[in-house]
Amino acid sequence: MSLPIRKKEKLIEVLMMCCSFVTVLTTIGIILILTLEAIKFFAEVPISDFLTDTQWTPLFSDKHFGILPLLSGTLLTTTIAIVVAVPLGLIIAVYLNEYASPRFTAVVKPILEVLAAIPTVVYGFFALQFVTPLLQKIIPGLNGFNALSPGLVMGIMIIPYITSLSEDALRAVPRSLREASYGMGATKFQTAFKVMIPAASSGIIVSIILAVSRALGETMIVAIAAGQEPKLTFNPMESVETITTYIVQVSMGDVPQDSLEYKTIFAAGLTLFVFTFILNNISFFVRKRFQNKYE
Amino acid sequence: MNTRNYSRGKLTDKVFKYTALTFTLFALAILVILLVDIFSKGLARINWDFFRNLPSRHANRSGIMTAMAGMLSLLFFTIIIALPIGILAGVYLQEYGKKNRFASFIEINIANLAGVPSVIYGILGLTLFVRILHMGNSLIAGAFTLALLIMPIIIVATREAIKAVPNSLREASYGMGATKWQTTSKVVIPSALGGILTGIILAISRAIGETAPLLVIGALVYVPFIPEGPNDQFTTLPIQIFNWTSRPQADFIINAAAGIIVLLLITFLLNGIAIYIRNKWYKKIKY
Amino acid sequence: MYKLEAKNANLWYGKKQALKDISIGVEANSVTAFIGPSGCGKSTLLRCFNRMNDLIEDTKIRGEFLLDKENIYTDMDIYELRKRIGMVFQKPNPFPKSIFDNVAYGLRIIGEKNKTVIRDKVELSLKHSALWDEVSGILNKSALSLSGGQQQRLCIARTLAIDPTVVLMDEPASALDPISSAKIEDLIYELKKEFTIVIVTHNMQQAARVSNKTAFFYLGELIEFDDTKKMFTNPQNERTQNYVTGRFG
Repeated sequence: MSLPIRKKEKLIEVLMMCCSFVTVLTTIGIILILTLEAIKFFAEVPISDFLTDTQWTPLFSDKHFGILPLLSGTLLTTTIAIVVAVPLGLIIAVYLNEYASPRFTAVVKPILEVLAAIPTVVYGFFALQFVTPLLQKIIPGLNGFNALSPGLVMGIMIIPYITSLSEDALRAVPRSLREASYGMGATKFQTAFKVMIPAASSGIIVSIILAVSRALGETMIVAIAAGQEPKLTFNPMESVETITTYIVQVSMGDVPQDSLEYKTIFAAGLTLFVFTFILNNISFFVRKRFQNKYE
Repeated sequence: MNTRNYSRGKLTDKVFKYTALTFTLFALAILVILLVDIFSKGLARINWDFFRNLPSRHANRSGIMTAMAGMLSLLFFTIIIALPIGILAGVYLQEYGKKNRFASFIEINIANLAGVPSVIYGILGLTLFVRILHMGNSLIAGAFTLALLIMPIIIVATREAIKAVPNSLREASYGMGATKWQTTSKVVIPSALGGILTGIILAISRAIGETAPLLVIGALVYVPFIPEGPNDQFTTLPIQIFNWTSRPQADFIINAAAGIIVLLLITFLLNGIAIYIRNKWYKKIKY
Repeated sequence: MYKLEAKNANLWYGKKQALKDISIGVEANSVTAFIGPSGCGKSTLLRCFNRMNDLIEDTKIRGEFLLDKENIYTDMDIYELRKRIGMVFQKPNPFPKSIFDNVAYGLRIIGEKNKTVIRDKVELSLKHSALWDEVSGILNKSALSLSGGQQQRLCIARTLAIDPTVVLMDEPASALDPISSAKIEDLIYELKKEFTIVIVTHNMQQAARVSNKTAFFYLGELIEFDDTKKMFTNPQNERTQNYVTGRFG
């Protein structure tokens, strides 16, 4: 082709390639920043302290830098959320896929997805102003700030993650499997749990992993409703702090920029990033490996 | 035939069916309860003053003007940064990308970025934009941060939209002697526009609701002025709601509820438009 | 002199050889039909002439392809080639744009900016493809609102608008109803006055009605190439005889 056309085409292609490279730069940026600043932190605080100290009090005069309280807060709220979301989400997915009429599903599925679209501040408000008072009536002596309320609300928020992806996975299972099961006289329940779910297991696992990742990274619901006291506890009735809310708390305060206290957000952030990074990659590879299973 | 087992199976089936239906309705009910609770708490507060007023120490004189101004300005800058880069990246990856290792590496990368917690984007923005690039805790720093956050959404939506364009259209264009960029820009992208637009709107909807990363980069919680330029400090509606929710006084709680109503209306409106556009476009392209 | 020519053409899709040493010449202002059972290579050969096979990965081509005695691989630019040789596909593929914009597309990509020139060319092309009377009042409507037969004639108009000298048609009527199909055949008959046409078809009656010469392909080889009348009444090769009498394929 004529030279100016070829040059123009190549130029445009290079420009677009650079745009797609922005995503790579973003990842590199995140990893670099977290790692470099965390290294500076670990120059002053030994990693063994970080991993084993049971107190996290960088902002107090008696400073402890153990990540365990923040980790326990994160894991506690996440666990409550998952315990709510996975059974509920799966059962709803099975119902929509196996029992409900297509019209019912077509109406209900988008409504459930609304749950995922609601901004998290709204959920935080709901947790603090509706769920906590309600729980306090049921559980006397419950703190105004506790882990249970935001955990439950997070669970509700995550249901569509489980339901949507699991229902898609169930729908992708070939009809022939389901028909073979019915053909032997199995009920819907038996078909769903003995045939469909095992066949769709990889998709369902992916949905759970993604839901966990989402819960780990949640900030505002916990920031509003869980209180902000880092405690090493697995008691849902206590107030806790998660890694995410700690980061926000420090950023909103007036901690001087190059102080050790400031650097704690990078150490905490790195910890969180490692968890979600591993989870996201696992789910990506599980999805890729089983994508072509039935093709 | 073992009829006893058969009827027990049927019983389990029925029990499960009604339990599952209950769960489904329960999930829907929670949504309804949430909406009803918030609307009942905040609806009365909504009037023109609520929109026009700046925040104030007195709850009944506080309004969302600066929050709305901040949010809209932030959105504007976020979009003009994220849109061109995201769409071009999506076009490149789907239309030009060869099936090589580089391409799959980028694919993994994007899937990863989509799952990174939003506070981490906040830390990235804080260090890179606010400090290293000296943007301060300004609108523009917030815009860059949010742009990076929503970029995977735009890229994935663009790729899906372009994938849906039938190959026969490309063949028709090449058959007439068009170059790759001519075909891409004059046939493929216009045909994919509906899907791309849907992705943009969903990305906007996501950006509107984001709070944590903006708090990390230093968006202010109490801003008694309207930002005038990209270098100004700012606040947004979710942050304003967060502020009010954190106050113990009952009047501020009402304000928070009212603010949430506005936020939800905007969010639902955007999502509704996105779904409408996607349906119309999808019918058009699958002729 | 042949308008379009293939000399010792061989093509492989990966390891599979789809064209085996094909040599054939097409005369100007004629209609040539390529017939043969599925998988015989007729579409593959057709798509060699405008290098559409370049779009498929892992294709290897040997031999010469000539347009007006110029080698289409070495003597000309691929974009120029595709403007001189147009193609109509089996399933109508109008762009999701207006009728007018569809026909004008080719003009715009060669850089034509003059609105009057474009408008006149669009009208001329639509008249050429016997569609003008049906759409002259609705040029701004979406092309997708037309019927299948109309869409195919639109695609023909779109191809004609950039003044190719050769038009390749890959089973242009097979996705259409009989009435639209007949209209396309009439069109082809008219078009050969100005264009050289090669049409791939699995409809033998269509080939018999419409073409001057017919080429019969089988498993990647050119079995017989002759005047259409002779091919169908008195073929030389036994396999040709079996195919045209319907014994196989």
